[in-house]
Amino acid sequence: MKSKIDFVLDFFSYALKGGAKYYTWLGILSLFIIPWAYGSYQQMVAKGLIVAGFTDQISWAVYEGNFVFLVGVAAAAVTVVFPYYVYNYKTLKNVVLIGEMLAITAVLMVMLFIIYHMGRPDRLWHLTPIIGIFSWPNSMLTWDVIVLNGYLVLNIICGFYNMYKRYTGQPLNEKFYMTFVYISIVWALTIHTVTAFLMNTMATRPMWFHSLMPLKFLSTAFAAGPALIIVALVTIRKNTKLEIPDEAINLLSQIVVWFLGIALFLLLSEVVTELYPSTEHSFQLKYAMFGMFGLSKMVPWSWASYLAMIGSFVLLLIPGVRKNYTVLPIICVSLFIGIWIDKGYALVISGMIPSPLGEFSEYTPTWIEIFIVAGNWAIGVMIFTILAKGAIGVMLGDVIHPGAAGKEVAHH
Amino acid sequence: MPAEEKSKMEEVKGTTISRRQFFKEAGAISAAVAAAAASSVIAPEEAEAKTTFAEFFQNNYRLMTDEEKKEAIARLEKRYSEEFAKKVTVDGAPAMQDVLFGYALNIQKCIGCRRCVHACVKENNQSRHDTEIQWIRVLRMEKGNFTVEDMDKGYPNSPNESFGIQVGGNAYKNAGVALEGQHYYQPERVPEKDAFYFPVQCMQCEKPPCVKVCPVRTTYRDPDGIVVIDYNWCIGCRMCMGACPYWARRFDWGDPHLPAEEMNPKTHYLGNRPRMRGVVEKCTFCLQRTRKGRYTACVEVCPVGARTFGNLLDPASEVRKILDRKKVFRLKADMNTYPKFFYFID
Repeated sequence: MKSKIDFVLDFFSYALKGGAKYYTWLGILSLFIIPWAYGSYQQMVAKGLIVAGFTDQISWAVYEGNFVFLVGVAAAAVTVVFPYYVYNYKTLKNVVLIGEMLAITAVLMVMLFIIYHMGRPDRLWHLTPIIGIFSWPNSMLTWDVIVLNGYLVLNIICGFYNMYKRYTGQPLNEKFYMTFVYISIVWALTIHTVTAFLMNTMATRPMWFHSLMPLKFLSTAFAAGPALIIVALVTIRKNTKLEIPDEAINLLSQIVVWFLGIALFLLLSEVVTELYPSTEHSFQLKYAMFGMFGLSKMVPWSWASYLAMIGSFVLLLIPGVRKNYTVLPIICVSLFIGIWIDKGYALVISGMIPSPLGEFSEYTPTWIEIFIVAGNWAIGVMIFTILAKGAIGVMLGDVIHPGAAGKEVAHH
Repeated sequence: MPAEEKSKMEEVKGTTISRRQFFKEAGAISAAVAAAAASSVIAPEEAEAKTTFAEFFQNNYRLMTDEEKKEAIARLEKRYSEEFAKKVTVDGAPAMQDVLFGYALNIQKCIGCRRCVHACVKENNQSRHDTEIQWIRVLRMEKGNFTVEDMDKGYPNSPNESFGIQVGGNAYKNAGVALEGQHYYQPERVPEKDAFYFPVQCMQCEKPPCVKVCPVRTTYRDPDGIVVIDYNWCIGCRMCMGACPYWARRFDWGDPHLPAEEMNPKTHYLGNRPRMRGVVEKCTFCLQRTRKGRYTACVEVCPVGARTFGNLLDPASEVRKILDRKKVFRLKADMNTYPKFFYFID
């Protein structure tokens, strides 16, 4: 037990220590907390959700969009876990833990956004099994609660068990560890699938109500997630001693291209299916793409997203671009933003325009909402920075139990 | 209440002070309100904290024992009576035996006056402003979704633009789509020429998608067929609002604004009792009235008798007679929700 406490203490004391650059980075992120705290007070305490841009017509918006998008980022850890453990792709050795830390962070951010989404966060306990009412299996939301919490636990077990064993210099219990690894691989698919089901089972929202949604969710997630991991890896490579081979980044950029291609194909299928017959059920997509009846706030967002996705895809098809590690992160960031717009903003909001009674209205986020979203993201980036820093310390052997020094144990 | 008095009340209230605070202050200004406030017992802070605590930890209404229901109702009556400075009753009447409520609306008769909308707001204690909540939405429909003048106008302007497909301009009027303007029509007088009206409210579906998606079962179907909400158990996730094909559900985005003078003190736990911030609400067929054998407010107020309400299990009821004899249809039958709200023509 004592060594476990030591591990946690050593992990976080290493993670929180750094140079001027590190503190500047954390300092910049913490600046977002001030408007975030103001916005949170206004929404959570003083006035309620009325401070955000919601209406009865558009009752889900950016909080829900970010929740959906981040579930995808969380699921994307599987793009490094799967090749490493199933295909024994050794170059990903130092990447797996980073992926797991990203998954933990993303799920925590998802939970944060859900709290902001709720009208009554004080009644969250109503959803707790046994003391509240957990409407399982009827309500799709309860499935989402199960898969998200399960995924968080799985990643904490896989990531921290692995690191703890490295810390103490003991060998991994293969049976125990690999069981959880394999479960987490399958589980990663469920989280984003169920989140898609949450929306696409609403038959009254035609833009969501199609069976491509889960596949579309997974494909965009497996493009956006590894893109983010690439950015993290390039940054880590530049700023720490951790060795990350080019091949690891190359594999990830290939995964990005593959899934981005699939995502674009699915987008094309959707556009043709909807716009060719152009019934009333395609109004929501038409609103997003072209605007309808003079309402066109979503149009620039949609096209920015399409442009970012198509442009990155074309560029990433070129091997020379994929292997240019100065240009690659820039493409990855724009791609990430493009997919964020698509899933985190356009999909959720456009799905509500028009309303089921055919009423067209538009959505504008308020400043408070923007403060809260930016703050939640800053908190997420901060958590990831700290977790990744700690994990790097473990991988470099800087975070090590005094008794374990000198022991050489082969590790995954 | 006279208009100038109302605007004064709103002025005093502002937007930031709580309702309770407001009524304390308003009580100091208005002698009448002060007298009314004095007549109700003001609880000490400690007792109030206890009530809030008990209300916070109470169970879902559906699962409460009779004793717990009584206690919950007593707590609410006390709280509301203080808040609105008058005697407020909260009824807990369960569904009656052998009753299944149904509603029939004659779209041929409806003149679009929206008296039902306002009678509903008054009866059911909806928030009056910021945000204004109405449970009934009357749609103004253009006859046949076209205007004769536009029949041959619009795209394509010339045969060269047509890609071989000939469509009149009228095809670009979207059938059945009510735009913002048609939701919020403001004519000098109703009914208007070339328009008919289509009121929509909660359909009390037999297969309600809203109930299915609710993660905490705070919304459920009572035995008389009414889909009810325990406002004290709702977590405000708005899944039900996303799933409802009839856009029948509304949300209290902020603290509801319900002036004490306009508050209807005869309430039901599952019906028109004042709501709180962050919960979903909707039409309950005025169950505070109908479970006592009365008509809903919208049926009572309708000047043309377009609205009919009754027991679907009683062959002699008006609504059953309509179902037997008239041309009846249900809205969005393709959604397979089996509404108990029927539209008909003579």
